[in-house]
Amino acid sequence: MLRFTLYRLGHSVLLLFLVSLIGYTILHLAPGGPLSQYALSPGMSQAELNQIAERMGLNRPIPIQYLDWLSSFLVGDWGESFRDGRAVLSVISGHLFATILLVLSSSVISIGLGTLVGVLGATRRYSAWDYLATVGAMIALSIPTFWFGLVAIYVFALRLDWFPSGNMYSIGDESFLDYVHHLVMPSLVLALVNVAIWSRYMRSSMLDVIGQDFVRTAKAKGVSGRRVLYGHVIRNALIPMITLAGIQLPMLLSGALVTETVFTWPGIGRLFLDSLGYNDYPVIMGVLMFTAIFVLLGNLIADILVAIADPRVRLE
Amino acid sequence: MTRVLTVENLNIGFRSEGRELPVVHDVSFTLEAGKTLALVGESGSGKSVTSLGIMRLLPPPPQSRARGKIILHSDEDIDLLSISEARMRRLRGDRIAMIFQEPLTSLNPVYTIGDQIIEAIRSHRAISARKARERAVELIDQVGIPDAAARLTTYPHELSGGMRQRIMIAIALALEPEILIADEPTTALDVTVQAQIIDLLRRLQAETGMAMLFITHDFGVVADIADRTIVMYAGQMVEHGQTEAVLETPLMPYTSGLMRAVPELETAGLNQGELQSIEGFVPNPASLPNGCAFHPRCTHTLSGICDVPPVPFEDAGNGHLVRCKRWQSILENAE
Ligand SMILES: Nc1ncnc2c1ncn2[C@@H]1O[C@H](COP(=O)(O)OP(=O)(O)O)[C@@H](O)[C@H]1O
Ligand code: SF4
Ligand SMILES: [Mg+2]
Repeated sequence: MLRFTLYRLGHSVLLLFLVSLIGYTILHLAPGGPLSQYALSPGMSQAELNQIAERMGLNRPIPIQYLDWLSSFLVGDWGESFRDGRAVLSVISGHLFATILLVLSSSVISIGLGTLVGVLGATRRYSAWDYLATVGAMIALSIPTFWFGLVAIYVFALRLDWFPSGNMYSIGDESFLDYVHHLVMPSLVLALVNVAIWSRYMRSSMLDVIGQDFVRTAKAKGVSGRRVLYGHVIRNALIPMITLAGIQLPMLLSGALVTETVFTWPGIGRLFLDSLGYNDYPVIMGVLMFTAIFVLLGNLIADILVAIADPRVRLE
Repeated sequence: MTRVLTVENLNIGFRSEGRELPVVHDVSFTLEAGKTLALVGESGSGKSVTSLGIMRLLPPPPQSRARGKIILHSDEDIDLLSISEARMRRLRGDRIAMIFQEPLTSLNPVYTIGDQIIEAIRSHRAISARKARERAVELIDQVGIPDAAARLTTYPHELSGGMRQRIMIAIALALEPEILIADEPTTALDVTVQAQIIDLLRRLQAETGMAMLFITHDFGVVADIADRTIVMYAGQMVEHGQTEAVLETPLMPYTSGLMRAVPELETAGLNQGELQSIEGFVPNPASLPNGCAFHPRCTHTLSGICDVPPVPFEDAGNGHLVRCKRWQSILENAE
């Protein structure tokens, strides 16, 4: 177990390095750049711009800048925001809670609901319910998240006034219920696509297992129908779903980016888009690295969970 | 002789494209305590469907439908085809057990073999986990696996195919059933292991007195294990009798054809002529030939006779039954 974990960690470090290299390169190859922001201010002279560039270290060759960034990054100094000079790590952690709240609640919804829909679809195959779930999933998968978000805001916030149209809490309230009230729409909108994906995979995974010989053995032993379903079918059908959850993590984060923007949710996704607008390179790189670490860690945990759930998986 | 099961005119069909496609036709036989009945036939002849039908493990109606009678004899006679699923569940594994052809996939990969044996026991008996574990060790020992207690925590993938089939047998025997159905239990195993499993089944039958329905497509093992033999073709019984009678004087050309394909029988002196398999294939249930279902492949076929229904299942004497219109003339020509 330990060797497996160490091996995977080494793998992850290599991947992170590549992500940082590619991210940094693309960022600096893109037109514009941090100076274009200053250049917009009226009365800014070229001499002053050069001075700013010098101060920010932007006039050095890009590989040198990268190595400089990397060496600070490795010792935990992720740089300062170009925008307000605050440390990148503290900027990110200021937005972390909102994103974790959103991603976690929407994961609970999509895994719970997706599993339920998938199990019912497989056990009542070709029923009206199964048909409905199939069509529903197809619709959910073919319409973009931002459209759902905007329609939800229009219907449930503007017309019906059931839920607030954005933000994480109301100023002056901030009670638990207030948070929940604000969370309902964004987490459901973010969950929608994932419920659809999860239920489809769960259904086919269930059908896979239902046809396996060991399920027939369990029935031949006289095991009750319910125990066959829970102890044998669902128990085995969930194993590939753990891997799927790991693979889906980047999708979930991209979905969160869109959802946060639509619902003015003060999370990492919003931060990322704002920072792009300002060419705030340190924060952009910081968010990139942070999400990459998050995804790799998520996959590592998924692999360990699969190894725990499936005795056939060797950890050496 | 105690009769433990009577199957009477069992017909099984599957729903396909809105119609019911018959796959098993009028199968009838009895099982007796301590005796083994072999069900022989090429792949696709309906052996598995027959056995799963007895266990009621086929897809539920309307996807499949079984008609006829399957009577389990005990204090009272129980017709398995007319009892509720809940009642059937209580009989499965307890009174009738079954083992399968695929030892590699028949055990759940995520549970230890101890847990899987214990699950069988505790599905039928309200006994403590400790008692069930003791019984599991006893069973593992009984099926000839050394160091039984240590095997409880083993996972299926850590065992060979032969060992896994032994575990399946341990599970099947856990509640001392009156009937064991073994659907090609040795087909997937290599020859030495095959012989060991057959020895084991014979020994366990002698110890417990259970009746056995032994399914195989290999005539080679029939002589080793069966008291009586049924030959099945295209979902029908085509020959049925004492195993010696069937092996020594096979009356149906299909039976002789199957025997000619088995090298072991030649060395036992039961198989004259050279080794050869029957040409052609088992017909698709959707398009059975008219008359004798075997006639397109039979070397004795006579048009105008063999392709005209009906082909009765006749008693050729001493309860040796045969479904062939020409068995008498074929027998006379051979003598
Ligand atoms: N679940 C099923 N649905 C439809 N047809 C089936 C099903 N199971 C078996 N059959 C058909 O029944 C026939 C007999 O199959 P089977 O009993 O498995 O043969 P075998 O003698 O090799 O065990 C075959 O033609 C097979 O295609
Ligand atoms: S009835 Fe005719 S075709 Fe069928 S087995 Fe007998 S001889 Fe062959
Ligand atoms: Mg079969």
